Formats: sequence, structure tokens, C-alpha cells
Amino acid sequence: MIRVTEQESLVELRKRLAAERNAYRKQVIVSSGTCGEACGSLVVINAFRRELAELGLADKVLLRATGCHGFCEQEPLAIIHPGNIFYCHVSPDDVCEIVSRTVARGEVIERLLYTDPVSGQKVTTEAEIPFYAAQDRVLLGQNQRLDPTSIDDYIADGGYSALAKVLAQMGPEEVIDEIKASGLRGRGGGGFPTGRKWASCRAARGDLKYVICNADEGDPGAYMDRSLLEGNPHLVLEGMIIGAYAIGAKEGYIYVRNEYPLALKHARHAVQQARACGFLGKNILGTGFCFDVEIARGAGAFVCGESTALMNSLEGKVGEPRPKDVHTVEEGLWGRPSNLNNVETWANVPGIINKGASWFASIGTESSKGTKIFSLTGQVRNTGLVEVPMGTSLRTIVFDIGGGAAGGGTVKAVQTGGPSGGCLPQSKFDLQVDFETLEQAGSMVGSGGMAVVMDEETCMVDMAKYFLDFLQDESCGKCVPCRVGVDRMLEIVTDITEGRGRPEHLDLLEDLSETVAETSLCALGKTAPNPLASTLRYFRNEYEAHIHERRCPAGVCRALIRYAIDAEKCNGCGVCRKACPHGAVTGEKKQPHSIDPDLCTKCGICRDSCKFEAVRVF
Amino acid sequence: MATLTESVEQIVNSRQGMPSQLIEVLQDVQQAQGYICEAAMATASARLGVPLIEVYRVASFYKAFCLAPRGRHVITVCMGTACHVRGAPRMFDEVLGQLGVRAGETTDDGAFTVERVNCLGACALGPIAVLDGVYHAHMTPGKLRKLIQSVRGQDGEVDTDD
Repeated sequence: MIRVTEQESLVELRKRLAAERNAYRKQVIVSSGTCGEACGSLVVINAFRRELAELGLADKVLLRATGCHGFCEQEPLAIIHPGNIFYCHVSPDDVCEIVSRTVARGEVIERLLYTDPVSGQKVTTEAEIPFYAAQDRVLLGQNQRLDPTSIDDYIADGGYSALAKVLAQMGPEEVIDEIKASGLRGRGGGGFPTGRKWASCRAARGDLKYVICNADEGDPGAYMDRSLLEGNPHLVLEGMIIGAYAIGAKEGYIYVRNEYPLALKHARHAVQQARACGFLGKNILGTGFCFDVEIARGAGAFVCGESTALMNSLEGKVGEPRPKDVHTVEEGLWGRPSNLNNVETWANVPGIINKGASWFASIGTESSKGTKIFSLTGQVRNTGLVEVPMGTSLRTIVFDIGGGAAGGGTVKAVQTGGPSGGCLPQSKFDLQVDFETLEQAGSMVGSGGMAVVMDEETCMVDMAKYFLDFLQDESCGKCVPCRVGVDRMLEIVTDITEGRGRPEHLDLLEDLSETVAETSLCALGKTAPNPLASTLRYFRNEYEAHIHERRCPAGVCRALIRYAIDAEKCNGCGVCRKACPHGAVTGEKKQPHSIDPDLCTKCGICRDSCKFEAVRVF
Repeated sequence: MATLTESVEQIVNSRQGMPSQLIEVLQDVQQAQGYICEAAMATASARLGVPLIEVYRVASFYKAFCLAPRGRHVITVCMGTACHVRGAPRMFDEVLGQLGVRAGETTDDGAFTVERVNCLGACALGPIAVLDGVYHAHMTPGKLRKLIQSVRGQDGEVDTDD
């Protein structure tokens, strides 16, 4: 690996690497992030490698395994150049045909193209797919242009040029001013202005300062940070190095969530490569600037996404938050000034330096600038990662990009912000997604700013219980309001879902929500009541049905529902009887069957197995 | 093969007297042994210079650490929000019922441990169950039941071959 010791040699290196890549007229790109791998992308890549070698095309065709392209629903994906032909659900059996027809002769294989669910038409390129068309993929777009394990790919695509620019032309204060002018705000949930945080850390007293990348993405249903770190680790790293220069930090940490093995692997690899190339370590690009990064593994604690808890964890301790009377930019890791930003925040930095603060500030709303990545999941047709300008409406995200409810049903609510956020009903879907607007509506953009879509089969009381259960389990237990308050809220909501709800419970829940929000020590507790409070606010009728009628309208809460077979629809095929593991279904062949409520565990296997929709939930 | 104590010694060796390395050490022990035993905690305590009670506190605080041996097969059910709205709880309860264990426990024959994870971040594939590191996408209670039966069947065949 070439060690880049000065500005000019980086420019030369980029030219050479880009030329090497451009020499390939034909390219096969396979997305291979965590979702891709789970869908078999590695087998597909191997099949391509074998097939290209057998046909003597290995030298002529560039085969690249990239990070996530965002359209998880359609994995494994393959893009063939020239033509930018987009194939989805590619299996190893398709590879031979793709190579012989599309790669060799430029023919399009209709069967593997994406079908637009609205028009029913096949579309050839990514740009024509509605899921991609409505996005602005400033950050995620680069994922498909590079192999995350190759620093050469990153350099060829303009990587580390922002770092070179900063070191050659800008003083640390200038860098901070540029970030301030861009209007970049923390993507981890708080939305604090990044430039101001950097300036405070730079101004803090101390010789040894740290920059930290928070990649402990613990919100269930959020995975944009994972995708960035595993798909484009050098982008995050370059952002950190620029930040370290601006702040005056010599050491940095990336704290990676334990459940993300691929992100961990790629981040480690990237750090080694950056060190070998001279972008990390001593005398970076010959300027005398020294900075290095270590990777730390999380150990499975949601609270460690909180900045002070994360710092305790980095010190090898239990991940309990610290009181916030002293800011971490003054006394953070090991009591020294520390600047912590989220993965997506760091990833935005090189772009701002390269294209300028005014470019970044031109995207988004008055107070929320740039793009934001959301993970769009749940009962939605197009599950995936979505990057849109701040200020895009929920409706655009859920319907234009997401394609609406998965089963064609009605979208009842969207949950944003994970366990710290709230559930918003259809009537709020025209709200623009930015930090202030969602907060006023009782939710938040949140760390992940995810949007989990719910349809009429989702019970909002059960959702509140789900998040409370999660938070009760993840509360570190240090402060009383969070430890005891969340516990009590969970107890009451559980009572409601199990048919023991009382009318006065709703007022009590509201009261508890307020107390826990106001008195908890850290953001985990302060925002813990949000899912409950927002469902109480917008879906009170569902709580009332549980309490007054002992009924779960969505058919989810198992204590309040029963399974039964519709005698008119049942033709007595016996599939459910054989499938039921509990012997609860009985009936003669070709006669309507019935379910014994005493034996039924409400597992739903009979309903899953019935092809005639005869099994109903009441 | 290295004995249990030897392997822990090796792990701690390069981190002597570095209390901040406690979590990393426990991660490596967990990976090497599948769980963290009392002896490993005592070694980590002595060599890193962290009181044993603090080692235990850290080991029991973080979800990544297991303080009891796990089964030959580990089933992890993702309980993320996306999996939840697609029916993961039904599946989780069903597998617990089938194997007669509670969350995090191991069957009496040492064959299966059933765990839950808060989110694997592969939400398009939900509900997800992971069996011995392999992701199984779009699972239902019925499919998971059959998967467990097939693992039982394979194990049975291995036993007869022996």
C-alpha cells in the first residue's frame, strides 16, 4: 500500500486509481451489506467470480461487492454497467444467464427487473424506481460506488480530498466556521449544532482531547448508521480526522454496537488501511498533524448510546450516564475534553468541506439542514433505507418512497424516533420531518429517525407496552424516576392489555409520563414516556376499548382475543388441524373444523397455514 | 487444546494492569468459551487490577455477556420494532413453549438456548430468527418449529453415527 505523504501525491494517486477503474468498460456490482449477506449475496458474488473466470472475463469485467444500496426488500441486488441495469432478487442460478446475456451482450433480462407495483411495468434502471426516484442520496449514494474494504476505491471516488483540503488550506477555526455555517446538527437525536459543539471542545482547557464516533445504534428498527459504517467506513473516518484537526484532538474512538459484526470488521479494516496510507498516525499528509483512532466494541446496552454512558463504557466500566452539570466537551472521557458525534454526523463532514457550507445549507428547512437517512420498516411495502432532504413530509416517505402498507391495507400510524419517539396518526402525515416539527407533534426525528409503519393489525396499546418493556429492560437503574417510573408504567399498560385495565389508569399514566420525563437523569428516561404519551394522545380510543370493552380492536393482545374458524369458509381440508402443535383444532375431513379455546395458545399457526382465510381472530 | 485458564491468561496477557480493557477482555473470553465463568472473572480481576465485584458488575450489566454455559445450538429471536409488528412475540412465545424454557435459558439436555435480541438491523427480513449464526428471514411460529425439529433430527443422526 502506498503511503501518501503530501498533497500532490494524493492527487496523483487518485488520478491513477480512477483511471484503473475507468478502464473497465463493464462492471458487475452486488450489494453485500448485512441484509444482502443474509439474503445470500456472498453466494451470488462467488457465482459471478466463477462464471467470469470460466469465460475468461475476469480481467475485463470489474466485479465489486459493495455495502448496502438501501432497498433491502429486493436483496440480493446486482447492477450491471454499462446501462446501469438493476436486477433484484438475484439468485446464484441467475448468474450464468446474467454473465452470458447482460454482461457479454448487453441484453436485458426482463424477469430480473423490478416491477413497479403501481403501474405493473418492468423498469430497467434504479432512477426509474419510485423508491429511489424521490430520494436525495447524498451520503448513501456513494455506497454502491465502492467496496468498503478498499481504501483505493474510496480514494478513486474523491476520498480524503476533504482532509487534504483542510490540512492544506484551512485553519482549525475556519473548519469550525464552515461547519457552523452549514447548519449541520447532530444526527444522533439531540440535534445540537455540530459546529458549536466543536467550538466548545476546541475552547476547552486540556492538552489531550478526544473525538468519539457513536456507532452504538441501539434503537430497534434503526440501521442507517450500520449501513454507513459497514458500507463506507472511510467516509466516517475522514469526517472524524477533520473533526480532530478542528478541535485539536490527538486520539479518537469508534464505539461500535456489538450486534453489528460486519460494521465492526469493516471499521477495523478501514482504520488499518488509513494508518498504512498515512491518513492516520503521525505527521498526516506531511503536515505534522497527528491523530489516531481505536475501535471499541459495545457489549449490548441500549443506554450506552447516551454520550456519558458511552464514555463510561469506553473506560471499561458499567454504562451508566453521568449527571450533565459538567459538559463532556469539557470533561468527558477520562475527565478530558471529548467531542462525541453520531456516525451520520461525521459522514456529513467531508461533503461540507468539499462542496461548501452553502451547498449543504441549501438542502433542507430553515432550521434543519442537509439530508437525513431513515430506516423505513414494519408493515410497509418497500422496506429499506431512505435518504431525503430534511423537511420532506411523512406522507412522501411512507407512500411515495415506501409504497404504502405492505398488504395493501391502511397505514394507521408511523413511529419515528424509536423508544424515544412517538407514534403519529395519518392526520399528521403532512408534517415535514425536521427536528422541531416532530417534537411539537410529540415525537422526534430521533437517533435513527426511523419510521416504523403500522397498519390496522397493529395495536397501539401493545406498541406502547413493547417500548416500555424495552426501556424497562434497558434502563441502567441508576436514577429512580426511570427505574421505578418506567416499571410502573409497564405494569399498568400490561394490566390494560390483559384485561385488568381501569378507567383511572389513563390519568395515572399521563401523570407518570410527565414525572418521568421531567425528573430522569439522562435522555433515555426523559424521553421514555414518549411512545406511551403519543399513543395516549392520538389513539386514546384504543386504550378505552381495552379498558371499557375488554377488547383489542387490532386483534393483537392475546388475553383479549380468541381464535375461531369461520364455518362458511372452512372446507375441512385439515391443514390447520395437522399444523396446530397443541391439538386444539378438531374436525372431520371435509367438515368445518373448530378450535378448542382451552387448548389454544393463540400462536396463530393455524391462521398462517389456512389458505381460505377461514381462521379468524375475534 | 488450551485449558480454560490458559486461554483466559492469553487473553489478559497483553492487557495487564489496564482496567479500561475489562470489557474487551470479557468480550474475548465470551467468544472463546461461549460464556464467562467465575474463574475467568477472578483472573481478569487479578490481572487487570479491577475488584472482582466490579468485574461481576460489568459482566452482569451488559447483554453480550453470558454467565452460564449455553446450549449446543443457540436460537436468537429478533424483537426489534419491525419484527414486533410483524408478529415476532407470537413466534418467541411459541419456541419457548416448544422447548419448555424461559427467555435466556437452556434446555435440560443442553441442546438449545433461546435468546432474544433487541434488533439485528435487518428489518426488511423480519421476523428474523438466528440459529447458530445463520439468519432465517420471514419466519413464522410454524416455520421456526419445523426448523427446530429438523435440527433435532440431524443431531439424532449424528448420535447414531457415533
